[in-house]
Amino acid sequence: MATISVEGKDLEVDEEGYLVNLDDWFPEVATAMAVIDEVEMGDDHWDIINFLREYYEEYQIAPAVRVLTKAVAKKLGKEKGNSKYLYQLFPYGPGKQACKFAGLPKPTGCV
Amino acid sequence: MSENIKKFMFVNTKAPYGTVYALESLEVVLISAAFDQDVSLAFCDDGVFQITDNQKTDGSGMKNFSAAYKALGDYDINKIYIEKESLEERGLTLDNLMKLTYEDEDDDWAEKDSIHLVTRAELADLMDKQDVTISS
Repeated sequence: MATISVEGKDLEVDEEGYLVNLDDWFPEVATAMAVIDEVEMGDDHWDIINFLREYYEEYQIAPAVRVLTKAVAKKLGKEKGNSKYLYQLFPYGPGKQACKFAGLPKPTGCV
Repeated sequence: MSENIKKFMFVNTKAPYGTVYALESLEVVLISAAFDQDVSLAFCDDGVFQITDNQKTDGSGMKNFSAAYKALGDYDINKIYIEKESLEERGLTLDNLMKLTYEDEDDDWAEKDSIHLVTRAELADLMDKQDVTISS
């Protein structure tokens, strides 16, 4: 099993880099994954990551991109709730990449 | 694309825990939403237990995934049919079920009920109108 090393802890990840145990997550995990993916994390990234974690907490699923976009538009405004903006933040896909950074499983309904 | 839209009904007949049918069916439903099809869900027999409120799974060792049904509205799945006889046979009423709603884009995002109580005969008619019916 592959691992990612964050602050001296070796955390299990699957073959696509998603955390195996959701409880392993802490904010520095997102930062470490972002370094690997060459994404420079800013407040805008954290808004989405925090949003995803709250969504998962409430519904127990990682939302599909379409659902994420709509929900972000509702919560953070239309200028952020569109796929162009979200893809700028997470070039490998706001669903897949942001969920990975957030320590969530790959989104259900993401094909 | 509209000529490619088919009517899919996912019929859920089993209790939520003990087998993987309910969870697997829910995942298929959420995935199907990505294909812009006309998707509806039906709950009958022990399937009505899948959407009961206040589920507690500590004793079963299975993850409580019931909150995910509340996300169906976000996925534009808002036709959820509950068979009246199945509820009654199990001593349940709509008050025992989770409140499942969606926001109607065409009506200023008004929150509306996704759940429709139908009789066994009405559910049979609905099934008859589907292009694809998948039961589990």
